[in-house]
Amino acid sequence: MSLVTLQNLTIRHSGNPVLSAVNFHIHAGEIVTVVGPNGSGKSTLLRAIIGAVRPSSGQIIRAKGLRLGYVPQKLHIDPTLPLTVRRFLSLPLRIANSVANQALEQAGAGKLADQQMAQLSGGQFQRVLLARALLCNPQLLILDEATQGLDQPGSAAFYQQIETVRQQLGCAVLMVSHELHVVMAASDRVICLNGHVCCEGEPEHVASAPEYRALFGSGTHGALALYRHEHNHRHDHDCTLEHEAAQ
Amino acid sequence: MSLFDSFLIRAALAGLGVALAAAPLGCFVVWRRMAYFGDATAHASILGVALALSFQTSVFTGVLVVSLLMATTVSTLSSRGFAMDTLLGVLAHSALAFGLVAVSFLQGVRIDLMAYLFGDILAVGRLDLAVIWGGALLVLALLWWRWSALLTATLNPDLAYAAGIDPRREQLVLTIALALVVAVAIKVVGVLLIAAMLIIPAATARPFAATPERMALIAAVIGGVSALGGLQLAFAFDTPTGPTIVCLAATLFTLSSLSSLLVQNFRI
Repeated sequence: MSLVTLQNLTIRHSGNPVLSAVNFHIHAGEIVTVVGPNGSGKSTLLRAIIGAVRPSSGQIIRAKGLRLGYVPQKLHIDPTLPLTVRRFLSLPLRIANSVANQALEQAGAGKLADQQMAQLSGGQFQRVLLARALLCNPQLLILDEATQGLDQPGSAAFYQQIETVRQQLGCAVLMVSHELHVVMAASDRVICLNGHVCCEGEPEHVASAPEYRALFGSGTHGALALYRHEHNHRHDHDCTLEHEAAQ
Repeated sequence: MSLFDSFLIRAALAGLGVALAAAPLGCFVVWRRMAYFGDATAHASILGVALALSFQTSVFTGVLVVSLLMATTVSTLSSRGFAMDTLLGVLAHSALAFGLVAVSFLQGVRIDLMAYLFGDILAVGRLDLAVIWGGALLVLALLWWRWSALLTATLNPDLAYAAGIDPRREQLVLTIALALVVAVAIKVVGVLLIAAMLIIPAATARPFAATPERMALIAAVIGGVSALGGLQLAFAFDTPTGPTIVCLAATLFTLSSLSSLLVQNFRI
């Protein structure tokens, strides 16, 4: 049974369609990545699922009592607002210390409880946001470009953390990302979005689909190939060239 | 002679009531960068005074209705993406101007405009005191009830949605609370200085607080000290009371900023 189903979802912002006739579903335990160029409606899709945007037409069906964990794209905390990490986790519901500490451990932010939110580094901040999303023991974890602003090792570490979390909790993960080579390898299913669903399927299928190529060019196919090769030849830096030449 | 017969005691209680309600609400005004919003709402209330006098209803009702209208207008327009600072600049000052013009149309009523612009805390009667404390307690109860939801919505609207909180409803709660504070504070500090009672104690409390709750609490203490101390100073130096209260609050703010600057410099 799917956790969230979208049927013929259309969303307009002041008359202009942002998403048209999107059909989508996510099952328990699945990792689904949404890719698409800027302005393709990726964030709008996620915001519709959490209930922040009303559909202009179509339906959003959530499983009964669905527990959602949401990690927003960016969160600006005004420096005038004093807020410790521990207090942040107790918003909006007060939680026990044991629960807070467990979530922080799971998100790899174990020692940050007494820090001020405004003083965290980018990577620490994302981990705290992840910890907050884990508090409700989510069935579905939603990440909106969660590694924006992190450097490559930082975002790789963050994605590893998410895989660990998924193994521990068995939750489904729905994320939006630009970092195709990292994300696509970890995903069960990839959806290529540009106002409508261009193509979807397993990572390899999408990467070779003409609709995807038309949006991203073949350069990103090279990036996916780079990932595949990394399993076999970790130190062979020329593998991309060889691979693309072989095409 | 009961305690409430002394005008000084009544003034002190009135100041304290306004300070206690304004401080925690002022924290939200600061966190959400709504300072101008508070100004616009307060300035519009002079129009409420004029309307109340011409329809012969209580000033409290008139001010409450007009500031509610103003606050709702501003928050509706802001969610439609108008340039906020321009919009508020237009609304705040034109509301004040229209209010002053409307007051001049009133015939047969001689009103002391200064009392509404700068407050007249020494003229607070028993009924005023009841209204002020009733309004203040209502604001505090509202904030207490919605505290977590308000904070979540202040942090990020999408986080609020994901937690099943409607940020627009929380905005409405703040709007109502703001209108209430304006309506009860007009007698104490007047329309021109209400925003000061909201913002200055909250800003003064910021360097000493690690959590939002502590900031609200410290702001309430600072607001209370300013109200009582300002009253005493005004009595001693024979100065206008409302402005004196704000002057004291501003002095405390300066001291607080300086001390946090010193602490930061010594740490580095």
